[in-house]
Amino acid sequence: MAEAPFGLLAELTHRCPLQCGYCSNPVELVRRDAELPTEDWLSVFDQARSLGCLQIHLSGGEPLLRGDLPELVTHANSLGCYVNLVTSGVGLSRDRLRDLASRGVDHVQLSLQDATRTGNDRIAGIKAFDRKVEAAAFVREEGLPLTVNTVLHRQNLDNVAGIIAMAEEMGAERLELANTQYYGWALRNRAVLLPTREQLAHADPIVTAAQERLRGRMEIVYVIADYHEAHPKPCMYGWGARQLTVAPNGDVLPCPAASVITSLRIENVRDSSLHDIWHDSPSFNAFRGFEWMKDPCRSCPRKEIDFGGCRCQAFQLTGDAAATDPVCSLSPERSTVDLVLATEMTPAEVPAMAMRKMS
Amino acid sequence: MTPVIALEDVPHIRRGVKCAYDQIRDAHVVLFPEGVLVLNETAASVVGLCDGVRSVGDIALSLGDVYAGVRPEDVAELVARLVERRVVDVDG
Repeated sequence: MAEAPFGLLAELTHRCPLQCGYCSNPVELVRRDAELPTEDWLSVFDQARSLGCLQIHLSGGEPLLRGDLPELVTHANSLGCYVNLVTSGVGLSRDRLRDLASRGVDHVQLSLQDATRTGNDRIAGIKAFDRKVEAAAFVREEGLPLTVNTVLHRQNLDNVAGIIAMAEEMGAERLELANTQYYGWALRNRAVLLPTREQLAHADPIVTAAQERLRGRMEIVYVIADYHEAHPKPCMYGWGARQLTVAPNGDVLPCPAASVITSLRIENVRDSSLHDIWHDSPSFNAFRGFEWMKDPCRSCPRKEIDFGGCRCQAFQLTGDAAATDPVCSLSPERSTVDLVLATEMTPAEVPAMAMRKMS
Repeated sequence: MTPVIALEDVPHIRRGVKCAYDQIRDAHVVLFPEGVLVLNETAASVVGLCDGVRSVGDIALSLGDVYAGVRPEDVAELVARLVERRVVDVDG
């Protein structure tokens, strides 16, 4: 039997005031009328806790757009879970935050698109910067710990020092600087987002120096740009190993991007229990352990470190979800990634960013 | 890099960190933004005594009342690992 999961990522809604062109939600966004009702989410939380989940990440889209968010927070807290609110900050008034904190939000994760108002609002597609600064101040006032999340790409990587300074100013305890991972929206916008080697080489020492300077005050987590690396990331620490995602319509996914693997039959909480889906479903068992691997992964000593990399990336770039992640230098398909780097890092003509929208 | 912890350091649980008992795993756990730590019995006892009042030396003494052969340097090392995982902080 698989080990129990530690965390539930609850994507309460795909509705969002922001339109970031690298959104981790799928390109086919779930519409409001297909969202799970309150009682189904309450049951999902109960089932997740019984299964072993100790953390509930209330995410989206923008979770503040769910009118039942207070009730969901109360319930997640009553189960003894660590409750993490993942928000754009838009719509987070002082009163709203105070209420959510009193109901048991333990930690707030706030997105920041760029270091400056102009840059931030251009990437977000709306005027959101001032709201974020305000939201951060409310989180501090409330005494809750704050993580600032910034997705890095060609449009903001040169401002990484400013982003770090902004997170410090916001009073964050943690800053996640995550280079864009190319699925869904980000894959669509890859030629606009893919950073150059020069940008990465410029940013790396700035991040390292800040990590050193801020040690003990603000932790900086840096997620690498995997296309530019020789080894893949240990995606999700293995398929179906630690966390599960429930999408707004009740689809249960081994990772937030897994719906890109069109060969995978996705289960739904309306039809099966989370327990059965986690332990027995073909989708969660598809890439557990090492048996599914082919060479070069199967005989590779790094398989215990990177688990063969990312299944979604393998599927998107090679058409085979069981292939070695093609960013790996040992992959027979590495040339696919090199070709992308050669043509899309500095494209002759930069396309316009496709902003995230419901179709 | 694991920090060096002295016997007179006073550890406390960091803001935003929750200690709980998980009936599913039948173990004490520490919950924090980055994840979950499942504690063994010794670690759970140490975490329970990181109250911002006791020093590492005091914690070792308290544990000595319950367990045989508690060495202060082992407690200091465990606290250092908890500091590294951002579960506890120390006041000098």
